[in-house]
Amino acid sequence: MKISLTINGREVSADVEPRTLLVHFLREDQGLTGTHIGCETSYCGACTVLVDGKTVKSCTMFAVQADGASITTVEGLADNGQLHPVQEGFWERHGLQCGYCTPGMIMSAVGLLQEKQSPSEDEIRHAIEGNLCRCTGYHNIVRAIEYAAAKMRGEEPPPPDWEEEEVSV
Amino acid sequence: MEVIHPRNLEEALAAVADGMTPLAGGTDLMVEVNYGQKRPERVVALRRLADIADFSPTRIGAGVRWRRIEKEGPRALAQAARTVGSPQIRNAGTIGGNVATASPAGDGLPFLAAVDASIELTSGSGSRLLRWDEYFVGVKQTARRSDELVTAIVLADDLPERQEFAKVGVRNAMVISTVCCVVTRREDGATTVALGSVAPTPMRARRAEEMISSERSPSEATLAEFARLVSEEVAPITDHRSTEEYRRHAAGVLARRLLERCLRREAA
Ligand SMILES: Cc1cc2nc3c(=O)[nH]c(=O)nc-3n(C[C@H](O)[C@H](O)[C@H](O)COP(=O)(O)OP(=O)(O)OC[C@H]3O[C@@H](n4cnc5c(N)ncnc54)[C@H](O)[C@@H]3O)c2cc1C
Ligand code: FES
Ligand code: FES
Repeated sequence: MKISLTINGREVSADVEPRTLLVHFLREDQGLTGTHIGCETSYCGACTVLVDGKTVKSCTMFAVQADGASITTVEGLADNGQLHPVQEGFWERHGLQCGYCTPGMIMSAVGLLQEKQSPSEDEIRHAIEGNLCRCTGYHNIVRAIEYAAAKMRGEEPPPPDWEEEEVSV
Repeated sequence: MEVIHPRNLEEALAAVADGMTPLAGGTDLMVEVNYGQKRPERVVALRRLADIADFSPTRIGAGVRWRRIEKEGPRALAQAARTVGSPQIRNAGTIGGNVATASPAGDGLPFLAAVDASIELTSGSGSRLLRWDEYFVGVKQTARRSDELVTAIVLADDLPERQEFAKVGVRNAMVISTVCCVVTRREDGATTVALGSVAPTPMRARRAEEMISSERSPSEATLAEFARLVSEEVAPITDHRSTEEYRRHAAGVLARRLLERCLRREAA
């Protein structure tokens, strides 16, 4: 079946087998392996991408359902080699360890920050409730998203926890 | 496999009449497909069908997503919407899919029972309205014929002023309800109590409703009796998520808590 869609700003036409999941289409047909697969049953969130600006789990969608849609994957975030503020936040605040959950986590954070400029810690945790991380315990992920939110508002990000701790020792 | 994208409701209805499987947000269906439990050969994709995505105070189109309901829906339904899955699930999943799946644990369903909502079913030969208790007939069983689509949820134009939803589950986020509940209360005391996950279909606790509706400012003893009646009326089973005993207990606690929230809002 023929589909046309926009992926990371690029027009794409392809002939796909209707049973192909969007995540397989992105990884295997398009070579965009930044989007991970953890469970294929809609639980882990590793496969999160933006479809028409909204986060969805790309293992829960057939590629043909994305016909006419605009998709953003983690590869589409950086601008000319300049990291997106959310990517920068994960880097600066150690929001990852093994990195498996990271692309999905980052896309969920991008989805949140499109809607809320100044999310509270509760709102951040609610926004990533569909993304599982087996390494970090989530703490630094929350800090990374706070960093990105501040950056995107044009403010100085809060200092890292470890610096605060040094001060209080 | 074949997937079609109907341009309008007529084409969609022709497709289901022809035996095609409806696919809305896919958050129930695709999980079964990925687990290999279902292998639909012919699929009619409803995601972009604007004809069933209308939204008004008395009518919510089947294709309306939880994301919209959590912001714009009636209070208790919006509260329920906020607990469905996670943002990614709410961006895709629809109320029509919840109603069509008719899981005993569907979080959107107690609200429909609490306000006596009707389900609009449409086929090539027209539409019919079934009240919720005619529509839900068993565990994942409904009165929908295979040539019909769920097209809307129809609500009365005088929903109760106070309405509260809450659910109990094993964790805070992305959790299927162990028990979910809606309590509504009107100015004159008329109260409804609807529960999910405690019977094959969503249900009302009628004896508890009757008892509490005549109480204007219930005492501690009356509230305890209300909770006891709710626990007695529900008909839960023990399964992989919980036990019958716990569900009975939680149903009473939850209903009482929601009633108290309604009463506090009444006083305020
Ligand atoms: C990770 C995860 C978490 C979840 N958490 C919750 C939760 O907390 N609470 C909850 O209630 N549910 C939950 N669900 C289940 C699911 O998200 C909801 O039931 C949702 O409302 C289903 O809607 P959908 O549009 O995705 O349905 P789909 O999967 O597209 O369809 C579901 C079924 O209904 C049929 N169908 C769809 N639309 C129509 C129609 N208009 N007419 C007739 N038949 C139709 C389909 O053929 C299919 O059989 C969760 C699912 C996942 C994957
Ligand atoms: S791979 Fe899609 S949610 Fe886990
Ligand atoms: S960093 Fe390893 S799963 Fe999140």
